[in-house]
Amino acid sequence: MATNPMHQFNVYRIGPEIKLGEVDISFTNASLFMVISSLAILLIFNLGTKKNSLIPNKIQLLAELSYTFISKMINDTAGSKAKPYFAFIFSLFMFVLFCNMFGMIPYSFTVTSHIIVTFVLAAFIFIGVTIIGFIKHGFGYLKLFVPSGVPVVLLPLIVVIEIISYLSRPISLSVRLFANMMAGHTMMKVFGGFVISLGIIGGWLPLSFSVALTGLEILVAFLQAYVFAILTCIYLNDALNLHH
Amino acid sequence: MLKKIIFRSLIFIFVFQSITQSAESEGMPQLNPEFWISQIFWLTLTFGILFLVLSKFILPKISANLETRKSQILENIDIAEKQRKESEDKIKEYEKIILKSKDEAKTLFSEARKKVLSEINVKKETLENEINKEIKIAEKEIIELKNNAPEKVNKIAIETSKELVKELIDAEVNNSNISAIVEDLSKRNKDKYYDV
Repeated sequence: MATNPMHQFNVYRIGPEIKLGEVDISFTNASLFMVISSLAILLIFNLGTKKNSLIPNKIQLLAELSYTFISKMINDTAGSKAKPYFAFIFSLFMFVLFCNMFGMIPYSFTVTSHIIVTFVLAAFIFIGVTIIGFIKHGFGYLKLFVPSGVPVVLLPLIVVIEIISYLSRPISLSVRLFANMMAGHTMMKVFGGFVISLGIIGGWLPLSFSVALTGLEILVAFLQAYVFAILTCIYLNDALNLHH
Repeated sequence: MLKKIIFRSLIFIFVFQSITQSAESEGMPQLNPEFWISQIFWLTLTFGILFLVLSKFILPKISANLETRKSQILENIDIAEKQRKESEDKIKEYEKIILKSKDEAKTLFSEARKKVLSEINVKKETLENEINKEIKIAEKEIIELKNNAPEKVNKIAIETSKELVKELIDAEVNNSNISAIVEDLSKRNKDKYYDV
């Protein structure tokens, strides 16, 4: 192969090595794209709320549409009780979406293609949701593991399964996003490599595949951000409105 | 069909091999813990700042603007509804006024008509009276004339007979003789002369 398709995921230091005590917290390309994504979000939404006119211009409309989109999503999945967590879910969705989208730019770095990033986000959500659940319902939150209408004989088995599925939430949430991003970008890189290696005669087929994959990946970038946010809403719904 | 499947599986194997080969040669950079702490640190920092700025400054602005727009729209709808009601009331009033004025016009018209008719009747009556009077006068005159007519005619007859006798036989005739004859004739032939 001309280039290693995994090479794009390498993290390397930009600038000097920064150490906090013994811990290395150097500014890397991953950090750079986190900063760029955050700044882009803040820039767009700052521009979108600058004028706040009665009849919105395009960028204000964008800000307002994304606001209503997220607020509707939260309201549909987690109900009106989830309103205090709107700002967090909004930031989460925007952050993941922008990191995914910036990853689509050639030679850029995809922050969300790293398991550690998605896992930290998912673990934070998991811990936060669990804390919210225990604050709202006390030990009654443990009823989540005991579904109603289950025969007593099956109950031990069901409870174990429920606990395992609950505990695997952060893993499934983080791995879903990370694997989707990594697989997509690797595929694109591989097909890009085929274009080079097959040359001007055979390279057209992988090139067209690459073009199609780019469209697909943009869709996936949006979809995974949406899935990440909506799963957070669903977990939040479990914690806020104990349905079992 | 078979060709397609073979071709596809070949491509798949190729892709898979290249991925596994590269993974073997360099491994997945994601699993290299060298920069994990750094990534966690920068993620917390950037996401924290993003969350703070969005929740403290930007999202309240958007929601406030959405609220004001909503209330403005509701207000405008209210105002429009009010104005619609007002205009409906005005239309009703206007229709009432039109009906009223129509009635008034009708009464005015009928009054005027009555007036004109009565005036015409009065004039007609006076005219008829005058005509009747004149007719009566004329009738009187005619009667007078009728009554006076025989005397005059007798006189004329007497005079003309006197003159005729003088011319024809050159003799003077007494007026009284002639008048006696004429009166006698006229009395006898009165019915013949006047078709009374």
